[in-house]
Formats: sequence, C-alpha cells, structure tokens
Amino acid sequence: MAYKNYILVCAGTACESSKGIALYKELEKELKEQGVEAEAQLVKTGCFGFCEQGPIVKILPDESFYVKVGPESAKKIVAEHIVKGRQVEELLYDKEQKGQSSDEIGFYQKQQRIVLRNCGVINPEYIDEYIARDGYAALEKVIFDMSADEVVNEIKNAGLRGRGGAGFPTGLKWGFTKDAVSEQKYIVCNADEGDPGAYMDRSTCEGDPHSVLEAMSIAGKTVGANQGYIYIRAEYPLAIERLNNAIAQAHEYGLLGDNILGTDFCFDIELRLGAGAFVCGEETALLASIEGKRGMPIPRPPFPAVKGLWGKPTVINNVETWANIPMIILKGSEWFSSIGTENSKGTKVFALTGKINNSGLIEVPMGTTLREIIYDIGGGISGGKKFKAAQTGGPSGGVITEEFLDVPIDYESLQSIGSMMGSGGMIVMDEDDCIVDVTKFYLEFTVDESCGKCAPCRIGGRTNYNILNKISKGQGTMEDIDQLKVLAQAMRKASLCGLGQTAPNPIMSTLHYFEDEYMAHIKDHKCPAGKCKELLNYTVVDDKCIGCTACARVCPTNCISGEVKELHVIDQSQCIKCGQCFDKCKFDAILKG
Amino acid sequence: MAKMTLEELRNLRDAKKKEMTQRDGNEKSAQIIIGMGTCGIAAGAKGAFDAFLDELDSRNVTDTKITQTGCMGLCFSEPTVEVDVPGMPRVIYGNVDAKVARRIVTEHIIGKALVSDHIFDKPAADIIK
Repeated sequence: MAYKNYILVCAGTACESSKGIALYKELEKELKEQGVEAEAQLVKTGCFGFCEQGPIVKILPDESFYVKVGPESAKKIVAEHIVKGRQVEELLYDKEQKGQSSDEIGFYQKQQRIVLRNCGVINPEYIDEYIARDGYAALEKVIFDMSADEVVNEIKNAGLRGRGGAGFPTGLKWGFTKDAVSEQKYIVCNADEGDPGAYMDRSTCEGDPHSVLEAMSIAGKTVGANQGYIYIRAEYPLAIERLNNAIAQAHEYGLLGDNILGTDFCFDIELRLGAGAFVCGEETALLASIEGKRGMPIPRPPFPAVKGLWGKPTVINNVETWANIPMIILKGSEWFSSIGTENSKGTKVFALTGKINNSGLIEVPMGTTLREIIYDIGGGISGGKKFKAAQTGGPSGGVITEEFLDVPIDYESLQSIGSMMGSGGMIVMDEDDCIVDVTKFYLEFTVDESCGKCAPCRIGGRTNYNILNKISKGQGTMEDIDQLKVLAQAMRKASLCGLGQTAPNPIMSTLHYFEDEYMAHIKDHKCPAGKCKELLNYTVVDDKCIGCTACARVCPTNCISGEVKELHVIDQSQCIKCGQCFDKCKFDAILKG
Repeated sequence: MAKMTLEELRNLRDAKKKEMTQRDGNEKSAQIIIGMGTCGIAAGAKGAFDAFLDELDSRNVTDTKITQTGCMGLCFSEPTVEVDVPGMPRVIYGNVDAKVARRIVTEHIIGKALVSDHIFDKPAADIIK
C-alpha cells in the first residue's frame, strides 16, 4: 500500500549543516508520536538548491515547499499537514502558494524551460513522443496558416536574438534572406559548440533533435529554401546519431523531403561534420567548411543572410536559437516577449560548471541574477569556499565578480561589465583559482585555435600568452602589463574575425577587476590563490610538526626527510609542488605560500 | 508509416497525447525513464539500465516499462532516473548506480515507498500542457 504523503527533507551538505539531520529525526519522532507513521513516508533527498533558505521540506503529492524549517517546526508540520491535511502557511516559501493545485506550483523554481522543454522528458529516438508534445504543430501552422511575412514579423516581435553569443535579432536575419532574390537559398544550423565548459547545444541535439529539424523547416518554408545543413562537431557522436535518426524518422513521416504534408513545400536536411576547429563556429568560416574549403573567416559584409553558402542567401542560427522557434510560433510573440528583460527576451540556457555544488544544464529567464543562478539553482560554492568570479562567454568573454552578483543577466548588462553572454558556458571560480592562471588558460586556447591568416591574432595572441606565462612565473614587470594592454587593443581593432577580436577580452576583463592579483605576481612574486607552481613553496612549520612521517611517505619525489617523532624538512630543490604533503598533513604543519 | 497528410499528423498527435495522459490514470503500468545523454552515459547510465532490466526480470515484474530520455540538466547527480508508479508522485532519482537501481525496483516499484537519499527535484515546471 502506497503512502498518502511523502515528506522530503533536503539532506544536502549545506542543509545538513543547517540542521537538516536534527529536523529529520524530529519529524521521525513526531510521525510516531502522532500515530501517522503509516500515512506518510519520510525521505531524505539530494540538494534542491535554495541552500540559504534551508533546511527545506517538500511534501508530495501536493508539492508544498517549506523553507527555513527548524526542528521545532516538525510537530506543527506533522499535526497540521499530515494529520489535518492543511498547509502550514508561515513556513511556505511563497505565501501565495496556499490553496493552489500542484500543477500551478513550481514557481519557487527559478528555471523556465523553453529550449529544454523536451530534454529529459521525451524519448529522443521516437518521433511520436515529440509529436505528442505539440511537435511539428508549429510547422503545420507555418505551412497552412501563415504567410512568410507573418512568420518573420512574429519572430521579430518576439524579440528573439541569436543565442550563439552575438545576440543579433533573429527576425531581421530571416527578413534579409526572405527578401533576397535568388533561386537557391540555404538554411544552416550551427552546432559547432566549442567554448570550454559549454555543452548546451550537445544536450539539446541529444535530448530533442526534432525541435531543431522542425525549426529549420519553418525557416525553409519562410525564406524559400529547400536545403538545410547542420554543421556539428565530430566529437559529438551521440548527438550525430540521434540527429541522423531523427532525420530518417521525419523522412518516413513525410515531415522532411519532397511534398511535405502533401503540399508543394520540399525541404531536406543533411549533417556536415566539423573536424574540431574552434574558428569553424564563426559563421563565415563554418560556411567555408561546409563548402569543403579550409575553415577560415572572411570579412563581413556581405553577411550570410544575403551572400552565404555557395554565395547564396543563407539563414544561419545556432542550435539554441532554433529550438526556441517552434514555441514562438505556437505560443505567439506576445507570450515569448513577456519573458525576459526589455532588450533580451526569452530564456538562456547555461552550462553551469566549476566550483559549484549543483553543476548542470540550466535554463533561466533573461534578467535572472548571477546570485540566483549560483546560490538558488547551483546550491552555492562547493566546499563552502568563497566565490571569486564567474567566467561567461568562453575565450571571448570575461569575468563577473562578486560586486555584480545582483546584475540582471542579459546581453547589454553583461557587456557593460566587461563580459558577454556568449553561447552559455558559465564557469564558477572560488578563492583557490588564480586569475592569471585562468586567463593564461583561455589565451592558450585561442592561440591554439587561431587559424593564422591574420597577423594581429597569430602574433598578438602568442605574445600575450608568453607575457602571461612570464607573469605566472613571477618574472613579469610593470611594462608587461602595458604591453598586454597595447597588444589587446591592436588585436581588437585589427584582427580579421571574431576569434582574434575577442581573444584579448579575458585579459582586459581580469586586468580590470583583479589588478591586485596581477600586481601580487609581479611585485611580491606571490600567487595569492596558491596555484602558480613557480611562486609556491611548501615548508614545514617547526612547532607544529610532530614527526608522524605521513608527508614523507606520500611525497612522490622522496624530498621530505626526518626521523619518526622528529621535525621533517622539505628539500626545495627536489620539490615538484604537487601539494600532496599539504593535503596529507593532519596537523597544519605544512605551510603553502 | 507512409508519408502523412495534415489530417493524419493531427490524428497521430491526438492519439499519442491521449496515450501519454492516460499514463496518469491508475491502471497504467509503472515507468522508469533513464537519462541517456552523453553526460548520463558517461556517469554509468548503461550500467543502471542493465541493473533495472535484470532486477525486474529476476523479480518477475512484467508491468514496468523502461525508456530513455535526454539530459535532465542535473549533471551533478548523473545518472538520473525518473520513476512513475501509478498512485505515487513522479520523482527523479540522482546518482543511480546499479545498486541504487536494484533498490528502486525493490523499494519503489514493488514496495511502493520512495528511496531515501537519492531524490532530486524537477528542474522546472512544464510549459507544455
């Protein structure tokens, strides 16, 4: 016999420290004392986020969400909710929640899933499940009930902007291609996701491939194209498999191919696999790569919307942008534009990674703050460490520091604080991350990925990397900082494409917000985060070492010497600064710095 | 199926919708939905999948369906599995290895009680009615 109620008690580490365990025991006791043990099952759960509101209790099936529940509230919850079936109003997260049915509730959650509406819900390998969730209904509407102008206007009014990072209004793009006169036009999906730490597009293609196919068909019908290409990285084998499978199923149902749904509209989609060059995510390079040429960017204008693939007008959007389209057509531009901020409508998917408790794929309305993302959804910084910065926009982006935690995230606001929306990678850093080291990492990435065609990017990037390397070794000078800035400006102005133009962004952003840390490396020859190995020394603190030999036994280079119960010494010439002795010592006798 | 007309597509959608909502009725069978994106598979979803099959088989549970889905977004707790048993709230389990998968079968599917320590929250309310 199933229970009538389920009491879920958050037992994540943050809640445990805020009395989750005491609450659990108290609830257990009360259920017994009030004789309702058989009515409700008490369950420990993983972290719900919202750790600052902890301990958290959720009661199923009615989904009541109680916050800041102290052990003393256990009696009342059991007496009121379980015995009498009434919510305990003063503990509800949102007092409005009272009396609402369970399917209206859910607004305590900060996420809103439009792009990811089907991810984790449907079986991506069965077209029927997509169709059951209003799949291909938007295509129906576009083929039978809407004119091309209506579709373009709907997208324009919705205020959808390119989710690949640049944020160009999607409706305008479509309009240009629609109005261009040409017998042949193309539709392209950019699935060449390459930012470190970003996997939004992969998950969308894997979890809901048909949403991309449907959206591309809608664009094909609207602008008058009959061929689409999805350019996807060869490193995404599962996404490729599921997209190919979806294309085959759509063919079988007559939703792709000739005479779609019995009309004279013909549209087909093929995959093109990228060989892993980051620059091929840049649209002109991507188009060159599809044409079979070397993936190198060409200056714009002309823009692809007018002169794109094989010189023909081409609509090119990224996966996340495409996945928004069917919902905008179905639910209308008014609905879509009601979500988000004034100039950034709808939602944004972020891949939340780094030093965060609940890393994952999240989708939030534009205008959500970084604080809500990190603390309410992400469950805070792992290990209870201090937040340092979040990196957005990948190698073209910058850092968001603590003082901007409450800035609503949209295209403009992120740009104004020296970062950018980017494609959606969000890497959280804590106090143990060195800002010089992180910047060096991004520069290494762009240097590696530079195609070499233009000198500012090829030479400027390498020189900047060398300077950062020098600084991280404690050999930097004040002139180096000036040099970094001069080169950054030159690269921004003179590089041929976005890769080179934006490659200095991490440098400019971190120099602006963390000048102190650069100075510490240059003037004091210290790495405050303890990350740069050349500036790091491990020493034994004389009066704390009890001679337990634990450090000596774990040292991989055998550079720690000392007798049992006597002071140990580290031979600095042999030390490789791996930090194992530091981690092993139980007496805080190893000093890092 | 052959190429469809508009009418056939609409009929298929209605039929499938009904099928999906009927799952919420009481006579329907239980369902186990495993997150099989790259993230889930990398974290061991295939092992959990096999354990579910094996445990259901060895306990002669025949009215439970196992299907797969994409990433649910809870990457920190992969593999994730959604379990829907008639008359019980739908829940998402995280960190489901083979051992937990067997527990879900015995405690949740057969015992009709939730499995402690592995429940996670749904990330967001559904926008499709």
